[in-house]
Amino acid sequence: MATNIATLRDGSGALVRDKRHAVSPGLWVLAWRRLTSDMVGMVGLAIVAAFIVMMILSGVGLLAKDWNREVGVNYAPPSFVDSEAATTATQQVHPGAETAPAGSEYQSTIVDPIGDVIERLKSGKGESQPAAGQPATSDEKSVDPLADVMADIRAGKGVGAAVKAEERKATLPFGGDKWGRDVLKKTIKGSETSIFVGLASAALATFLGTLFGALAGYYGKWIDDFFNWFYSVFSSIPYLLLILAVAAVLQQKGMLTIILILGLTGWTGVFRLIRAEYLKHKSREYVQAADAIGASNGRRMFIHIFPNVSHVVLVQLSILVVAFIKSEVILSFLGFGVPVDVVSWGSMLNEAQNELILGKWWQLVAATVAMATLVTAFSLFTDALRDALDPKLKGRLGA
Amino acid sequence: MSARSNGGDQPGSMSSERRMRTGPSTSDPLVSVRNLRISFRLDRQTTFEAVKGISFDIPRNSTVALVGESGSGKSVTSLAMLGLLPPENSIIDPSSEVLYGGRNLLALPVGELRKLRGADISMIFQEPMTSLNPVFTVGWQLEEVLRLHMGMSGRKARKRAMDLLREVGIPEPERRIDSFPSQLSGGQQQRVMIAMAIACEPKLLIADEPTTALDVTIQKQILELIGDLQKKHQMSVLFITHDLAVVGEIADYVVVMRNGEIREQGPAKAVFESPRDTYTKALLMCRPQLDRRPARLPVIDDFINGPGPRNTEERKRGVKPNDAIVLDVRNLGKSFYSREGVFGKREFKAVKDVSFQLPKGKTLGLVGESGSGKTTVGLTLMRLHEATTGEAIFEGRDLLSMSPSEFMQYKRRIQIIFQNPYASLNPRFTVGQIIVEPMQIHGIGSSAQERTDMAFELLNKVGLAEVSFYKYPHEFSGGQRQRIAIARCLTMKPDILICDESVSALDVSVQAQVLNLLQDLQDEFGLSYIFISHDLAVVKYISDQVMVMNDGEIVEIANSDEIYRHPKMPYTQRLLASIPRGWHGQRARASD
Repeated sequence: MATNIATLRDGSGALVRDKRHAVSPGLWVLAWRRLTSDMVGMVGLAIVAAFIVMMILSGVGLLAKDWNREVGVNYAPPSFVDSEAATTATQQVHPGAETAPAGSEYQSTIVDPIGDVIERLKSGKGESQPAAGQPATSDEKSVDPLADVMADIRAGKGVGAAVKAEERKATLPFGGDKWGRDVLKKTIKGSETSIFVGLASAALATFLGTLFGALAGYYGKWIDDFFNWFYSVFSSIPYLLLILAVAAVLQQKGMLTIILILGLTGWTGVFRLIRAEYLKHKSREYVQAADAIGASNGRRMFIHIFPNVSHVVLVQLSILVVAFIKSEVILSFLGFGVPVDVVSWGSMLNEAQNELILGKWWQLVAATVAMATLVTAFSLFTDALRDALDPKLKGRLGA
Repeated sequence: MSARSNGGDQPGSMSSERRMRTGPSTSDPLVSVRNLRISFRLDRQTTFEAVKGISFDIPRNSTVALVGESGSGKSVTSLAMLGLLPPENSIIDPSSEVLYGGRNLLALPVGELRKLRGADISMIFQEPMTSLNPVFTVGWQLEEVLRLHMGMSGRKARKRAMDLLREVGIPEPERRIDSFPSQLSGGQQQRVMIAMAIACEPKLLIADEPTTALDVTIQKQILELIGDLQKKHQMSVLFITHDLAVVGEIADYVVVMRNGEIREQGPAKAVFESPRDTYTKALLMCRPQLDRRPARLPVIDDFINGPGPRNTEERKRGVKPNDAIVLDVRNLGKSFYSREGVFGKREFKAVKDVSFQLPKGKTLGLVGESGSGKTTVGLTLMRLHEATTGEAIFEGRDLLSMSPSEFMQYKRRIQIIFQNPYASLNPRFTVGQIIVEPMQIHGIGSSAQERTDMAFELLNKVGLAEVSFYKYPHEFSGGQRQRIAIARCLTMKPDILICDESVSALDVSVQAQVLNLLQDLQDEFGLSYIFISHDLAVVKYISDQVMVMNDGEIVEIANSDEIYRHPKMPYTQRLLASIPRGWHGQRARASD
């Protein structure tokens, strides 16, 4: 605004004042300066920024676009694991079997849920397994209970899945999953989902919480009572139960659903804090002064008070992002999260619980490391942000 | 007592300084501050020197007043003496010394210093409400001090606590000992703080603005109490204040500080009767006095840069019966309701049946102690509180009964300047935004550019540089902020300006500047003021008419010269008798 005025005055020519450089740093600028002087916070911010850049690149298709190409052998170990493991993995490759490798190690386990079905198929049909990507014949259909599902999956996978077994690599930089997909790319794609869900749902929850809190705290009386009842009812239902209920009502799996679930259930904490801030601020002298000069309620609420509580909103937003990234992971892990054709850290961890028993740890590690890094960096950044924005820490010297 | 002698003058803890001196005698000062130099770290590179190598003595059995405006370093000095400065950002120069009983307090280990604090040297702070822990009874808090420092236990501590409460003049100490701080009035809380401070019979009591937050009548009592205790216990008091009138009543020695330096020090008589330093002279002159009313108050700059006070002509004040009336308030009442029980409501009448008339271009002073309802009157007239009864006639219309949309047109005609300039300006707005906003709301000025021009004009008018337009409120001092608040009101060209304790939070010299500004504006624009203040000297200076309030009612209303000379009502007489009269007043009263 000040810059605007300076330009206007310059244009008028009557009283030329070149004061653009004289505009003082606002409190946000000062907070930013404090933030940049905090090493830990800046490292956290850099990591968070890197993750968000990665999310955007992945979202527009520049990165990890071909994440579901089955480029490696099933459970391809990471390249940095010793060669013996790699050899074992190579031996496991069965030219015909796409879903279930027929290696000796595989036989000894009972983990694969469809393992014994396939085993039965094998014994019934001898060695004439259909090649990968070929549709099942009508003859098989009567025998194979999973054939329809398999056909669906194959159709769904499309061309990306149709990689010849001979072209598959024995090892991948960070290992492969059950289907031989690159875990690194899968993690990047999973980050896209998880971070986007975290950011979007946190934004929604913060928006709702701030709006409700502002109305309740500013107006008081029956409006406050109404929102408090609403809040009490909401927070009296156990969190997971509420999420499951919303999931059941919305009846469909998808990113939007999770965003809505988390956003609609997560506003309560923000509401409580913002309401308290508005209660405190509405009787402050600067708000009374705004009333005295004739500022309307809306103007007082959002132009006068909001900038003074926005640091609380910002800190709450970043706390919620961390919480919701974790919530998404938990939801997906429990199977209420993203649909099967979308990958997220949660669905990776869900797959990893079976793989871990087979000794295939890399998917677990990849998802965990990515999540832990982001969440830690985000939390440290949030701490630094809070320190930078807290006006109480702004040292004023006593007399 | 045993704890004190352990921490005190044990032969083992004697330092080399003790050997150089010949031990304490009555002529030795109790505490001597030598070359005290304190800096604060602002950020990694910059430091700010708050105290610039000051030296002074606190003699035994006497009261030393440390006087200065905000930023003079007086509080920092006292905190440093007790080792209470935050260690992370304060630097005390290694050559600094605070000698007490031959030992340098600044070099004492933390444990030793803690033993001294509370026992030998104790402190009372400005805000009694925040210095007492609200969840413990006052008795418990007093006994804690006795347990920690005197090793007293149970019944003995309680008895001593009771004695102390009696000594500081708390009525019914048997009952009050089990009260929580919130159940006591501000004055009683400060008495409890004093009781805690003298519990271990300290040799030095540091009182940091102990009466600033209190009403004049309470202030007078507390000052008398401190004076009595000082004589009775033969202790020394370091009294830190910005108020020279208070100093004149209580101090034996005066140390005047400014910007971290000592400008003048000496016996009170010498400092008050023949001040040598120009700053001291200025400080004595800028405070409005009860017996004089110069047309313009002298300000510090007049003395430091100029030839001294320019004019000595007196301003005539007072209201004549034929003055035009701008605001006629009739039977104004305001009640607050609090819930009692499930269905019950309790009514608290903050303002009862107040009627007055405000003449055009004149100032109505509104005085009273806290809780008298004077601020509520102001807020109700602004409709920041809804009035319960009564009317306020302005241009033939009742402001209090019109609809909000109708009142919107009148809102700009009657404006308010709040007490605390630190709280009344939105910290997220630039000064430009603050001043332009009312013009936008009320459609004053036809374009953004015109409004900006007007804003620059007003900034000039209130004595601020144009560059202020682009700055934020936190970059200004209290007085400058109050000017910004005044400029904001002036944008709307009001007819009535309510000043709610508008100069009370300001330093004496700044107060004079703002009062002069208000006077100039009244002369120029014919503004009418309702000047609300607890400071009777300021009200006397600025007001034509004075209205005294107590418990929501008008006690007395009369022309200001008349009310100060011949108060009719007993309450007014008591109020006026409590005004600290400073050195000259003190002597005048003594010779009566």
